[in-house]
Amino acid sequence: MSVAVEDTSRLFSEARALGLTDDETRRIVELLGREPNAVELAVFSLLWSEHCAYKHSKKLLRKLPTEGERVLMGPGENAGAIDVGDGLAVVFKVESHNHPSAVEPFQGAATGVGGILRDIFALGARPVAVLDSLRFGDLDTPRTRFLLERVVAGIGAYGNSIGVPTVGGEVVFEPPYEQNCLVNAMCVGLAPAERLIRSAAAGPGNVIVLLGARTGRDGIGGASVLASAELEEGDAKRPTVQIGDPFEESKLIECCLELVDSELLVSLQDLGAAGLSSSTSEMASKGGVGIDLDVSKVPLREPGMEPFEIMISESQERMLCVVEPRQLDAVLAVCRRWETRATPIGEVTDSGRLRVFDGDAPAGDMPVTALVDECPLYDLDPQEPVDRLAAFAAPKARLAPDASHDDVLRALLGSENVASRRWVFEQYDSLVGSRTVRRPQQADAAVLRLALGDVRTDRALAVSIDGNGRRVAHDPYIGAAEAVAECAANLACVGAEPLGLTNCLNFGNPEKPHVAWQLTRAVEGMAAACRALDVPVVGGNVSLYNEGPEGPIYPTPVVGMVGELPDAARAGRVGFAEPGDMVALLGPFTPSLRGSELARLEGRLGDGLEPFDLGDVREALDLVREAVRTGAVRSAHDVSEGGLACTVAECAIAGGVGATLDLEPLARRAGVDGRTALFGEGPGGILVSGPRETLLDLSTKAAHAGFLALGQVGGSTIDLAAPAARLGISVEDAGDLFDFALANRLS
Amino acid sequence: MSARVGIVLFPGSCDEHDALLAVERAGLEPEYLWHADPDLKGVDAVIVPGGFSYGDYLRVGAIARFAPVMEEVSRFAVEGGPVLGICNGFQVLCEAHLLPGALLPNNSLRFVCRQVDVVVEHDRTVFTRASEPGEVLSLPVKHTTGCWFAPAEQLDQLEANGQLVLRYAAGHNPNGSTRDVAGVSNEAGNVLGLMPHPEHATDALTGSTDGLRLFTALSPVAA
Repeated sequence: MSVAVEDTSRLFSEARALGLTDDETRRIVELLGREPNAVELAVFSLLWSEHCAYKHSKKLLRKLPTEGERVLMGPGENAGAIDVGDGLAVVFKVESHNHPSAVEPFQGAATGVGGILRDIFALGARPVAVLDSLRFGDLDTPRTRFLLERVVAGIGAYGNSIGVPTVGGEVVFEPPYEQNCLVNAMCVGLAPAERLIRSAAAGPGNVIVLLGARTGRDGIGGASVLASAELEEGDAKRPTVQIGDPFEESKLIECCLELVDSELLVSLQDLGAAGLSSSTSEMASKGGVGIDLDVSKVPLREPGMEPFEIMISESQERMLCVVEPRQLDAVLAVCRRWETRATPIGEVTDSGRLRVFDGDAPAGDMPVTALVDECPLYDLDPQEPVDRLAAFAAPKARLAPDASHDDVLRALLGSENVASRRWVFEQYDSLVGSRTVRRPQQADAAVLRLALGDVRTDRALAVSIDGNGRRVAHDPYIGAAEAVAECAANLACVGAEPLGLTNCLNFGNPEKPHVAWQLTRAVEGMAAACRALDVPVVGGNVSLYNEGPEGPIYPTPVVGMVGELPDAARAGRVGFAEPGDMVALLGPFTPSLRGSELARLEGRLGDGLEPFDLGDVREALDLVREAVRTGAVRSAHDVSEGGLACTVAECAIAGGVGATLDLEPLARRAGVDGRTALFGEGPGGILVSGPRETLLDLSTKAAHAGFLALGQVGGSTIDLAAPAARLGISVEDAGDLFDFALANRLS
Repeated sequence: MSARVGIVLFPGSCDEHDALLAVERAGLEPEYLWHADPDLKGVDAVIVPGGFSYGDYLRVGAIARFAPVMEEVSRFAVEGGPVLGICNGFQVLCEAHLLPGALLPNNSLRFVCRQVDVVVEHDRTVFTRASEPGEVLSLPVKHTTGCWFAPAEQLDQLEANGQLVLRYAAGHNPNGSTRDVAGVSNEAGNVLGLMPHPEHATDALTGSTDGLRLFTALSPVAA
């Protein structure tokens, strides 16, 4: 078919303003066999946006392993689901809300939580935990303080009011996130496995019912305008940020779960990015059907909204369900009881088309496959830059290179990236639901009792979320693999075996070759680690174009992992428990100052990261998990930011008891100096403590995985020796520094 | 026969399932009471649980007090029935004038979730009668609006009546409440409201078990 491109310049300029390239517009005209009208163009522009179509990442994501024996639902559904036995499924996903949060941090973060919750209960699962992964710029700038304060308040305001605990997360401060903060929220839910509901629409003649809030002009074009282009002038985009209403959501959760429990629904889908456009298209696409929709029936928040506005509004707290006509009255009765608005707005057809009506007047008519499957996918053009870190300014030096070891430890414990996150997590309800077996800071992973309604077990879920953009910038492949290994280590430290993984890939503009290279290598590293550790990826999210005028963010893949442990009462802890216990280091850990927190404090970015063997790490994690489960160790904590010295200090602070260690065996094995043994970082190190006999027994099994006896628990000070290095600090002083550093910096 | 304990369910309640588990652990029989039904189903005691009833919109607890079920709760309380208000429930009972004083935003103006020590000052209420005065309970708090306040002249009277039943231990007050008050009762001692969450302290696996005694104290009410 030939199309008269010259005559349609107005169409092309409108399409460009909506983020479509001329080639994409030509393709739309070809697929429709005519020019799109305003409604159709708006719908296509959103469905074909990076945010909805993953057009720069879809091919790459195929490299991730998604299969597993216990996987019930993988990528493509609203969230991933895994069989956890006793008739239960665990459902989870992480998603970004970066751009909205950079524009309006309180509502951006709040609706980020609201959105990820809807992904979970869209499967019929009760949300039981939220975790957040946050990145901000330099803690000393007014902008960072404002964003931190408002993002944390927004997460709390939404999460605390809906009865779902926020049980963990991470917060990192680095200058590349100054303009473009990252707000990634993860939600974990539980459902009876047989009740899981999918989003595929089915059954021509069935009714499409819109549940929840009224539709307004908030969030119009969020997916295309905010999430699919670089952020320049934030203030002008404020009207596109959505406003959250947690009370509406809390009723919506209870209402939807009752509808699913009563088996009144054919399918259920949340309204997220691109609102009705994407939810109807995706439901129809998955079911291989069509949908007719009457926008004049949609309850509106304000008068005079155009059909295209109703189709693309991102008003929050809305869900869409497919109902058989004979069940409609029962559905409406449940909704009335929960005071949730429910309106039939359309029906399932066998046309394979999304047809939009405004009353009787046709307003749009598009083939569903064109919307969902025909968006052009782009190949990346990855090119390794000569200098990987050229795009990033070296961090501000805060510590002299000749600082004493005592001063280094103090600086690290008080560093905004190592210090206790107490200031943050005390603003979140971590307890509601009565499942929280390990609260923030008690263990490396959050531990939640595995229980839902009448199903009560002795088992538990463990959840962790992790990422380290600075290290990924040093080496995207190794850095991303490290993030997976770190999550798995966190789970092992509480005795949990990984069940599955969700990820959020936060990167800059993928059309730039070096960003394409970062993205490609990071996905390859993540895939390798998932294969080596046998963890399927069951869902996730990609957030691209995280750049400001001053440059891109650190490439930041964030990994969320869910695991299970057989006995909740034996979940591991961080704190040293008994004076006299032996302290040992398990695993192939090779400390290096490259990319470390100490290097950052000294104002240095390095080059590359130490390669590591994933098989060796797995072997060590298997041993740690078993040792925690059998009670052979009384504490377990993986070595991360700030190196072994900070790890020991954290174990001592949590346990309220000191320790005396000599790191000479580690320095000798790794061939490093005392300072590197104390403060060097890298994957594959777990510090454990326990009775001497059981640890010596453990050492016989750990000949290959690596076992170094380093000292013992006791006293009121932390005393560390390493070749030509020695440091000491009282547990009390270390605790004061660690616990209150963030609050003190912010006051 | 074990006491039957009603747990009020408002739109926006969050900790109702936790209250249900606590009641069960105390060997009592829980029963939900729907906000729209003016019917206490003949229960022996009522818990108004934590959460964000009606989104905490307008003012915390201000809308919930007008729910149909609350008329019955008020009648039950006036007739001497045991009523426990936890966190948002405490706020609702103050708004309903079943308890003295009011709850203001925390002095930090932030939500706070923390384990604190709470001292039982009096054993004169139906919920603290199994406790010794001076006993210290480890309970979590989690709230934004927990700073209990009453005017000075009223305070001395409440103090003299023994109505300031629970106080935060020295250094543990998370919200700046007047005289470190964590919980107050009505004059008769059958209605108690507190900001800390005893229902989240009834299971060693998820925290302390110190809160359990406030619930077990209800066992004799059915007898």
